[in-house]
Amino acid sequence: MTATDIRPTTAATLDTKAPRKPRNMGQIIRWLLLFGGGILMVMPIAYMISTSLKWPWEVYNVNLIPEEPTLENYIYVLEDGRFYWWFVNSMIVATLTTISALFFDSLVGYTLCKFKFPGRTLVFIAILSTLMIPTEMLVIPWYLMSQSFGWLDTYWGIMFPGLMTAFGVFLMKQFFESVPDDFIEAARIDGLNEFQIWWSVAMPLVRPALAALAIFVFLGNWTAFLWPLIVTNSTDMYTLPVGLAGFGDEADVAWELIMTGAAISTIPTLVVFLIFQRFIIRGVVMAGLKG
Amino acid sequence: MAELSLHNLVKRYGNTEVLHGIDLTVTDGEFIVFVGPSGCGKSTTLRMIAGLEEISGGEIRIDGRVVNNLEPKERDIAMVFQNYAIYPHMSVRKNIAFGLRSSKMPKADKAKRVEEVADFLEMTEYLERKPAALSGGQRQRVAIGRAMVRDPALFLFDEPLSNLDAQLRTQMRLEIKKLHQRVGSTIVFVTHDQVEAMTMADRIVIMKDGHIQQVGTPEDVYRNPANTFVARFIGAPSMNMISADATASGIVLPGGASIAKAATQGPVTLGIRPDDLRPVGGDGLLTGTVAVTEPLGPETLIYVDTPAGEMIAKASGRTPPLVGEQVHLDADIADLHIFDRASGLAIR
Repeated sequence: MTATDIRPTTAATLDTKAPRKPRNMGQIIRWLLLFGGGILMVMPIAYMISTSLKWPWEVYNVNLIPEEPTLENYIYVLEDGRFYWWFVNSMIVATLTTISALFFDSLVGYTLCKFKFPGRTLVFIAILSTLMIPTEMLVIPWYLMSQSFGWLDTYWGIMFPGLMTAFGVFLMKQFFESVPDDFIEAARIDGLNEFQIWWSVAMPLVRPALAALAIFVFLGNWTAFLWPLIVTNSTDMYTLPVGLAGFGDEADVAWELIMTGAAISTIPTLVVFLIFQRFIIRGVVMAGLKG
Repeated sequence: MAELSLHNLVKRYGNTEVLHGIDLTVTDGEFIVFVGPSGCGKSTTLRMIAGLEEISGGEIRIDGRVVNNLEPKERDIAMVFQNYAIYPHMSVRKNIAFGLRSSKMPKADKAKRVEEVADFLEMTEYLERKPAALSGGQRQRVAIGRAMVRDPALFLFDEPLSNLDAQLRTQMRLEIKKLHQRVGSTIVFVTHDQVEAMTMADRIVIMKDGHIQQVGTPEDVYRNPANTFVARFIGAPSMNMISADATASGIVLPGGASIAKAATQGPVTLGIRPDDLRPVGGDGLLTGTVAVTEPLGPETLIYVDTPAGEMIAKASGRTPPLVGEQVHLDADIADLHIFDRASGLAIR
């Protein structure tokens, strides 16, 4: 190959590389945006942990690394009997609500998906439309209802609004769409009743969706603040977010204790998320494809 | 085993009638195949027999008992679906045993029955596997096993081979036929593949647009098609059709040849199967030029342009005519099929 032969080749190579520049720039911008987003997400958590390791006199100091790190706040919070009860309350509420939502959401989703009956679409739209009503609008009727039924300051009172969710119904309905009718019909011919078909055939086929829904519902109830704050009166019935917000008094909010409690309370959610994250990701992908 | 009878079976979706009064009796132990193009109503009929579709009119009897309003589980049937419908979260053993779930049989007997069925289907070594770890043919066997395990009165197969490759399809065809010979159950099999229908059936039901076109043995529907639709649908390649005029003296073909065979007068359609149409040395029914040849090994299909249109004929595989060559095509008079051109019905 002569030098003359080489030149055009080199030029061609340069030409092909030239258009890559904007793509690289685009990648750089994307990475910067993601990095910025990552920092924004991580910073509150970093400050939460940082504050939980600070003495009260250092709380309003914005430095991320405490000057004199201490575990005193953790010892104080863990030795405080109230925190234990709030933790148990939150665990009871989040667990029972999750089990209930998984059961009822999937049952309703399955019914709306696999049975044809008059008004099916109307029922589905009615359920979906409740997603548009903000919680702030619902708390007053919920409160009046709780008051008239004697549910104030009880577990039932805290849990009842979340025992079935419109989002869960929607999610499960979408997933049941992916279960071929042949499975259902085969089971019907094999002699199962409709409840057995739902439980033994359809439910195992939508496990990823159930795992995803379990995480959504558990996290939602674990971190719920407004309704538990309104419906509970006694300190013993508080859930973690409500109890933590009450640390300190009007004159002096004990941020270091609040942040310590918050840091501890993230542990169960992290555990739940780490266990089920592969399901949640797969679940979201599948829902996206189906939807 | 059971006898199945359909009396004036009708299916409507809203105001649209898709099955227009099906009458059929399937005798005890018979292997009957419903065949027809997509949308002809064969799967709908099967689903109505299974109880998966409501009946708009008529009556279905299984062993003399009217089952119109019975749930599928009460009809003593088993069904094999097109996409197998074996449960992916269960092992082969559990899938086969699933059919016995609602049976009152003792547990030990259920386990024994599952083993017997697995043995019959040569699936014993795969009993603990999940469906994902099985091939298409093995999955199909599991689906058949789940149907077999209950020893139902009636087996229903809804295009069970259409997801398999050609080789496996041939193999499974044979296995289902063997299953029928050993078990002797009444089988209703739906397919759109006429080769499947011809090779497996005791009798074939050919359907079109919600009507039965003809019911008969494979030989019968092949040799004596009731109308032009059946004549074209059964047999591959399709029957050659020639528009001709029947007169008192015979049928005059395009190109001038005439045949003495005529039971009618007026416009007719003459049907000749490619198997029966062969190139000959002297004059024949038609003369034309070879446009395409398709060597099949022992025989060669030749596509011949004639005054009556393109004809397909079979020639020797060793010395077939060449493309562009002029050939004379002839057939035995006994092998000609005559249809009324207006109604399409066979004239015998």
